[in-house]
This record gives sequence, structure tokens and C-alpha cells, in this order.
Amino acid sequence: MSLLQSTQFRPDPSTSTTRRALLRAWPEFQNPAAWLVALILVIMPLIANGFFLIEIFATTLILGVIALSLMFLAGYGGMVSLMQLTIAGFAGYMVAVFGVSGNANISLGWPWWLATPMALALATLFGTLGGALAVRTEGIYTIMITLAIGAAFYYFTNQNWAIFNGHTGINTVATPHFWGVDWRTDIAFYYVTLGVAAICYFAVQYVSRAPFGLALQGVRDNPRRMAALGFNPNAHRIAAYAFAAFIAALGGVLQVWNYRQISPGSVSVGACIDVLIIAVVGGITRPIGPFIGALIFVLLRTFALDVLIKLGLDGNRFRLLIGLGFLAIVFWSSDGVIGLWERWRRRNASSTQRSGGGRHG
Amino acid sequence: MARFIERHPAWALIVIIAVAVLAWLVFAIWPPGLEAAIGRKRVFLNAVLNGITLGGLYFLVASGFTLIFGLMRNVNLAHGSLYLFGGYIGYAISTWTGSWILGFIIAFIAVALVGVILQLAVFRRMEGQDLRQTMVTIGLSIVFADLMLWVFGGDFYQVQTPSWLIGPVQLPLLTAIKSSGEPVYLQYPLVRLVIFLASVVIGIAMWLALNRTRIGMIVRAGVDDRDILAATGVRIQLVFVLVFALGAGLAGIAGVVGGTFQSLSPGEDTRFLLASLVVVIVGGMGSIPGAALGAVIIGLAEQLGSVYIPTYAIVVTFLIMVLVLALRPQGLLARR
Repeated sequence: MSLLQSTQFRPDPSTSTTRRALLRAWPEFQNPAAWLVALILVIMPLIANGFFLIEIFATTLILGVIALSLMFLAGYGGMVSLMQLTIAGFAGYMVAVFGVSGNANISLGWPWWLATPMALALATLFGTLGGALAVRTEGIYTIMITLAIGAAFYYFTNQNWAIFNGHTGINTVATPHFWGVDWRTDIAFYYVTLGVAAICYFAVQYVSRAPFGLALQGVRDNPRRMAALGFNPNAHRIAAYAFAAFIAALGGVLQVWNYRQISPGSVSVGACIDVLIIAVVGGITRPIGPFIGALIFVLLRTFALDVLIKLGLDGNRFRLLIGLGFLAIVFWSSDGVIGLWERWRRRNASSTQRSGGGRHG
Repeated sequence: MARFIERHPAWALIVIIAVAVLAWLVFAIWPPGLEAAIGRKRVFLNAVLNGITLGGLYFLVASGFTLIFGLMRNVNLAHGSLYLFGGYIGYAISTWTGSWILGFIIAFIAVALVGVILQLAVFRRMEGQDLRQTMVTIGLSIVFADLMLWVFGGDFYQVQTPSWLIGPVQLPLLTAIKSSGEPVYLQYPLVRLVIFLASVVIGIAMWLALNRTRIGMIVRAGVDDRDILAATGVRIQLVFVLVFALGAGLAGIAGVVGGTFQSLSPGEDTRFLLASLVVVIVGGMGSIPGAALGAVIIGLAEQLGSVYIPTYAIVVTFLIMVLVLALRPQGLLARR
């Protein structure tokens, strides 16, 4: 992030045109609120203690990255894929299998700098193959096929003991430790997740404005016309799956480092659907949506129990709360929390403009 | 049939050979070499029959799913919840009244009513927005799953099989010949056969209703082009409600069947949702014969897989889906 900052404020008089081009490419830099959020995120370790830092913010960022991959596919490609968490889980499993873990009979014991790229590559391949399968049918069918892939992977990890160690999963996965820093200590790990999340966020933002992203949005809106223009819709879709799979795999690697274990429960169908809920609640039109959705989800998951008990209700009904909230969002705002916020702002703006005249109901 | 053989001679040959091999495996007495290679014939026959009867159950779940999808383009991901709800209702009624049949009837009516409410209160308001409808069904499935967990807890329930269906029945299928020359016939639970026959009857009744009645004609026309159908003056909303009620009710019946065959617990909803997804992807979405074919294929693959390659059983099911998607993306029996 500091790198980008320095490019923007470089005191070079000849760069005014490039600077304008930069601002056109990255409109966030003009938004003071974005700078404020970035600043707060960077100094977070000064504000929050270990519990909040890891259990709330790092978890939010990790889930946000996984949901971001879904947002990219759904928002720009029009393909709602329910297997993004499966790809993330696959990457996590691969880290555990190739790297070092408590299950010595399964793990190959590679060092982290070899195991992690391997896991990322394999998970990207897995996601690309799944995508190649899913693009053979269209629209609404994508949900069914990706859900079937996710569920099949979940049942497979439950049944397979040779690689995935059945329903107990793989425990005490080693985390990276180099340059004299244990990267799993709270503050270091927070910065790792923040860095990865920022890179993913800006990568998605960039790709959405690059020629590939624009072509992908064209394919979403009218595949037939794009094909007539000489683009190959399916190739664009599969490439989108590959890109999203890589992002999801990054999230999965972070997740396995965070919990230090992985089991079929982490790739269950419910968890796959949670990612969809996160993306939809946050809003699938902008890359920031999944992170907002993830924050809401994590806060609910962590505190709903206490709040419900304090209100004299059954604390175990937190999933009911999430389901009802999701239904409400889907009913009233097709664009998630972002959509609600924008609508509210537009109404405010129009009412201040029209403050002289009467307000319309 | 004849047209299929004319158009795809190679595929027809493969299918005929596969059927012949299967028939030989079922009816012949296995030579000792074969028994040494893949195990006892009794195990194989049990797996085949289990697969076919499980296919009957899958057909009950998936036919409602595919009917709703075909007519309303609504991927009802809450279908598994309807299945589980029907199972719980059937369990409650049959333990309360002691009548298994009554459990079926009440489960059908109750779940069909839920379907009517869903169609009227939810899906009718977002007609034509496929994606939003699907999202709503996901939200509903979460809410339903949690409500059922609240009421029924995490325990396993099993619907009591009525006394007149308990016990095995002897089938005219030879499994082996004793050294004394006395033939050994296969014993199989009666209740599974009865339930399978019932699902065949339901399937045939659905086929007849769809192909030989006026309402069936309307539904088929709606599957093909619902806008034109609505333009001809058919009260399409009524048809939608009826079809949704029927599809949901079938899921409810299937729940009672599944509760008798196997057991009911949280998580079964996802299992049967996955099963019906795979069945309709393999068979062809919106096609009732496709659902029947897909259900039998998936049921057989699951049971044979779990007997002969236990750790990879789910992969077999999945590979079948991949193969169908690669060769015939619209499904085996779909028209488009």
C-alpha cells in the first residue's frame, strides 16, 4: 500500500497527465473515506487486541478474499459459483498434505515456500477444471453444477483416508517461520492477511477495468454478440474461473494457516453457501462488497450467541438469524448492503437538493 | 428406440452389451473364478437391488425437483429441506397414530401446503428472476434447516416399518447351488421392494398424467414456452401453484420413504439435495423419464461403488456427472 502511495504523491511536475490517468484507473484514491479505512486497517494492531485482531479482522479478511473470488465471477462474469470455498479448502488441504503437519504419515514435509506455490497451483488447476465443466452449461445451471462439485468434494474428503485423512482431517499444520519472524503470531499474521487481501482487492479492481475484464463483462451481458465480435465467450469464462480460483486458493492457504488444521467441516456444503451469503449480503457489484459482508458475517457469528442469550433467547439460533438476514437482503436489495447504502445516499442527496420544495414520499 | 439405434449404432451396441452382461450377472450362477475375483454373488445382487430401490427413492425426490425446474425455471435448493420436513412429519404422525400409510398422506399434504405457500408468498413475487429465486431458496433452506434442528434436535429418527412389511421375502433369483444340489434363493427385505414398486407406480402415474390428460398437456406446453401458454388464456399461476404443490408433496413422501429405509437427521437435507441435483444433471433437467433414468444410474453407482470401491464411491457418482456433462451437457434424456 505504501508503494502505491508513493507513486501518487511523487513530486514530479511532468506527471500530471499520468497522474490523471492513474486517478481514472484508480478512483479510490480520490475518496477520503477509502484512505481513512486503509489507515485504520494499517494501524489496527495499535487499537485492537489479539482476539479482535485475529478472530474478527483477520478472519474477516480471509473470508472476504474467498468471497471476493465469488464476487469477481458473479459480478463481472455472471457466473454464481458455489465451489469457491471448495477451491480454498482444496488449497488448504494441499498445504497440509505437502507441507508439515501433525499427521506425519500423510504430510510430505516440504518447506512452506515449496508447499504453498504447489498448493496454489494445484488449487488453481482444480478450479479451472471445475470451471471448464461448469461453463458447458449456462446461467442457473452453474449453481447446480458447482454445488454438486462442492458437495462431492466434501463427501470425498470424508471418505478418503489416504490423502485427506477422513473426517478427522489434518491437524497442527505448520505455519511459515523465516527471517526470524514467526508469521503466525497475531500481529505478523494480521499484516500478512491484510497484504494479501489488499493485493487481491486491487488485482480484481484492476482486472475489472483491463481489456480482459471488460470483455468478460461483455460476455456476461450478451455472449452471442461477443461471439459475433470475435471473442471466445467460453475461453473468457474459463480464464475468469482460473483467476478466481487463484484468489480463492490464496484465501484457503491463509485460512489453513489461521486455524492450523483442516477437516471436511471446513469444506462442508453449509460453508460453501456461507461464502455466497457473504458475497450477496455485502453486494456483488463491487470488490469491497465481500469484505463488508464478511465483517457482518463474522461479527454475527462471534457475538450473536452472547447477544441472543442476553436478550433471553436461545443462543443456538444464530444460523436462523443469518438465514433471515440473508432472505431480507435478497428480498429488498438485489445489491446487498452496498446497494442499500447507495440508495440511502442518493435519497439523501436528492432530498438536500430539493430541500426548498416538499419531499416526495 | 429404433431411431436411436439407427442414429447412434455404436452407443446402442454398448448399451445392449452392458444390459446383456448385467442380465447374465443377475441370472446366471457365477463360475467359481468370478466369485474368487469379485466376491459372492449374493453381495452383488444385494448391491444391485439396493441400488435400484435407492434409485426409486431418488426418483421420488428428483422428479419433483425436475418438474418444478422444468416449468418454472426455479432451481429449488430448498428441496432437500422439503424432503427432511416430510420425513419428520411422517415420523411424528406414524408414531402418534401408529399408521404408516397415514404418515404418507399427512406428509404429502403438509409439504404440499408448504409448497403452495412458498409459491404464492415468495416465488410469484419474483417471477422471471431466476438467480434471485435461487438465492431465496438457499436462504429458505438455511432457515428451514435451523427451525427443524430447533424442533427435532440433532437425533436420528427412524420411521417404524409396519408389521406387515417387516421381514425378508424370497426372490426367484439364484445366488448359488449348495453341494447337495439344492438351489439357494436370494432373501430381500419386503419393505424396500414395496416402496420401489410404489415409486414405479407413482412414476407411471405421473407420466400418464403428463402425457394423457389436459392438465398434463398444459404443463408440457408450459415447459416448452410458458409465455405463449399464458397468452392463450391458460391461468398459468394456478398451474404453477399446482405443480409446485405436487413437486413439494413428492419430496415429502420421499422423506417418509427415506425415513423408513434409512434414517432422518440434520444433514440429510443436503445429501438428498445433492442427490437430486446430480440425478437431474445426469438425466436431463425438466424431464421425468430423465429423472427416472438418472435416479437408477446414480443409485446403482452409489451402491455398487460402496460395495466394491468403498473409499471412492462418491467419486464414481461424480465421474458419471462429469462424463455426462462432457458428452451431453443437456443431460441424457433432455430434448434440448
